[in-house]
Amino acid sequence: MSDILLSVDRLSSGYGDFQALFDVSFDLPRGQVLGLVGANGAGKTTLFRAIMGLLPRQEKMVAFKGAPIGNTPSDQLAKMGLALVPEGRRLFRSLSVEENLRFAAEHGRKGHWDLSRLYGLFPILKEKRNLPALSLSGGQQQMVAIGRALLANPDLILFDEISLGLAPVVINDVYAALPDIIGSGISAVLVEQDIERARKSSQTLICLREGRKVLHAPSHSVSKHDITAAYFGE
Amino acid sequence: MTPIPASSAPRRPDWRWLLAAALVLAVASAPFWAGRAELRLLSEVLSFLALAVLWNLLAGYAGLLSVGQQAFVGLGGYVLFVLCGHYGVSPYLAIALSIVGAGALAALFAPLLFRLDGAYFAVGTWVAAETVMLIFAMIPAMGGGAGMSLPAGAVKAIAAEKELREAVIFWLVAGLSLATLFGVFALLRSRAGLALMAVRDNGLAAASLGIDIWRTRFFTYVLVGGLAGGLGAVIFLQKLRISPTAAFSLNDWSVMVIFAVVIGGIGKLEGAIIGTLIYFILREMLADIGAVYLVILGALAILTMLFARKGLWGVVDARLGWSLLPTERKP
Amino acid sequence: MASLLDPIFQGLLLGGLYTIFAVGLSLIFGVMRLVNIAHGDFIVLAAYLAHMVLTLTGLHPLAALVIVVPLMAGLGYVLQRHVLTRTIGDDILPPLLVTFGMAVIVQNGLLTAFSTNALRLPAGAIETASIGFGGINLGVLPLLTLAVAVALIAGLEFIFARTRLGRAFRATSDDPQMATAMGVRTPHVFGLAMALCFATVAIAGVFLAMRSNFDPFSGPARLLFGFEAVIIGGLGSFWGTLAGGLILGVAQSLGAQISPQVQVLAGHIVFFLILAVRPRGLFPKTA
Repeated sequence: MSDILLSVDRLSSGYGDFQALFDVSFDLPRGQVLGLVGANGAGKTTLFRAIMGLLPRQEKMVAFKGAPIGNTPSDQLAKMGLALVPEGRRLFRSLSVEENLRFAAEHGRKGHWDLSRLYGLFPILKEKRNLPALSLSGGQQQMVAIGRALLANPDLILFDEISLGLAPVVINDVYAALPDIIGSGISAVLVEQDIERARKSSQTLICLREGRKVLHAPSHSVSKHDITAAYFGE
Repeated sequence: MTPIPASSAPRRPDWRWLLAAALVLAVASAPFWAGRAELRLLSEVLSFLALAVLWNLLAGYAGLLSVGQQAFVGLGGYVLFVLCGHYGVSPYLAIALSIVGAGALAALFAPLLFRLDGAYFAVGTWVAAETVMLIFAMIPAMGGGAGMSLPAGAVKAIAAEKELREAVIFWLVAGLSLATLFGVFALLRSRAGLALMAVRDNGLAAASLGIDIWRTRFFTYVLVGGLAGGLGAVIFLQKLRISPTAAFSLNDWSVMVIFAVVIGGIGKLEGAIIGTLIYFILREMLADIGAVYLVILGALAILTMLFARKGLWGVVDARLGWSLLPTERKP
Repeated sequence: MASLLDPIFQGLLLGGLYTIFAVGLSLIFGVMRLVNIAHGDFIVLAAYLAHMVLTLTGLHPLAALVIVVPLMAGLGYVLQRHVLTRTIGDDILPPLLVTFGMAVIVQNGLLTAFSTNALRLPAGAIETASIGFGGINLGVLPLLTLAVAVALIAGLEFIFARTRLGRAFRATSDDPQMATAMGVRTPHVFGLAMALCFATVAIAGVFLAMRSNFDPFSGPARLLFGFEAVIIGGLGSFWGTLAGGLILGVAQSLGAQISPQVQVLAGHIVFFLILAVRPRGLFPKTA
């Protein structure tokens, strides 16, 4: 059981009076990638926010490396090994590319990933490192967002819609980095609009609909029909 | 199917109207049953209440936090003194012109001040008031820094005999104050009031519905400024003397009013009333301890903001759902 | 026009003092979008603190800074962590009213403790010493004040642009939620920002007290001058605040040639002029 990195147990959460997640449960073993799909508003981002403590949840609903983190303040999660690549990237607009990255490194953990290694993974960022972060193209900004998560040297990265708003070619470039990331010992939960890409990049696939888990199957064997049925409901 | 009532009037209108009528009657008849000191106190309470209601309208409904209403109170006072004192204008006309003058000043300042946001707007209104005060302190014809008294002739013009004069001035203060209270109440229940609350609650949404935020705020600011000017005119008419520091006092016309409204409950009309009552009760109770009284008031305001944001009335409202002066439309 | 040269130079020196008043306001607004209405009153509080230190130890006011600055910085941190932190949010009313309440409490607290007598801190030789400069006499104390102002601005600019703390300030100001998710203890960062602000307030208080008389009610005017300097210079830029302070100082100094009342009025007029033609100030941060 020490093999399980993230354990979500009947997680319910929401925004004020509006409940967005209903009893979602799954385990993520270390070293794996979990694909998470679902229509807009299905609760994928809500799930991430709840895991990160940005939305209310109860103590035993989320466990990380065997320990319950439901009551852990969000600012301690980085030091525990959790990192988020948020929807919309949310780069710090007053900081340059390198400052965004250095900030992440300063408040995360030391480890395999440092600035020079990251620039090796995304060379274009080294070129543009002193420019304001928001002046970069969408794909490059996504690289910075991923870089921020990496430089904290986490055990688990939550990727929220990293292909959103990007051209297919650019998405390819971003996803090309994924094997290096996973290869360095980081596990991932990957939210993706593109179901095929989610399937290809993960070992397990989960589908959410209206805040509930409606599909949980190995990625290589689940059929397109099953996914579509879960996604849209019958 | 039971028909759904379309009216938004309060469910039990009768006792409220009766209460209001009784209050107006009691106030109107005060010169007959109240002594001179009591009359003065009642005037103070009523004009303070009117200022509180106005500030509440500005901050709690239009979202404009002003710490500079004293500019208009002072200007109104000076307009009356100059018109009555120097030009022999009738006090009634002078009061009306005070309202117009103060409104004009507000219209002048608004385009500049509206370029500032939030707390910066607040301090900006303060700077505006200071500017007006400095200018008035420099005009020798109005007594400069020392101020001026209302000449005997102008005073006599109201009424020759002293008791009648006191009564007339009282009626002017009370009349304008009550008119302000009921007027604001009526405004908030009208279509314009709905627009105001929409702007306050969600500017972006309001704008997308076609409500012109700038104009809504502008007219509210001018209206409030004008009425504050009218109140300033009658307040200083009663004092018979005006000076820049008294006319444009941040403490008297802003700080005290703001604290009262906040403690009573901002954003609800009842809050202004409760706050006024609390303010005067506290003042009477703590009259002997001087500056410490202000410390207590300040501390109360802080505690209210930290722990009971909707003020005393907010606590009552949440627990009991009472509504003395309902300005919300309930289906 | 040569006769205007002296007031202009004196105005620049005066502007140094106003810059020190303003720099804390600029800092806090940049990091937390907060305007502390009691800012001027805390400057006066610092002046009274320095006065007490002098009375107890006989130290020179500048030496007293060693005690007053850490004291005020600590006060700022505590106030932020335990009072102001509850007011931060979308609603602008709570911070405004809480700081307003603080202002009233500080003013009347000082009044109760010290009475209305105006005080001043004796600064010894530098009070009257001056340097001749092409026919104009520049006081040593005002020159020192201006130098300190420039040093403060440069120092803050350096902290924000080049240090880990500065990065934390900027990132937390941009997106507090994301900063938290990345491991920043936001309340602590805001506390540090307020401590830094109060350190500048302490310096402002001591320099104010050496230069002019002060009493428990001197605070509001200092807030207004600092505020005007920030708006004239432009929000979000420390060098802009310096420019604003200098311009305000010069405007007031020229106005003072007419009368003491016109001195302050001249500053107000320049403030409104800037608001009319350059609403974002002269050197706003464009972000």
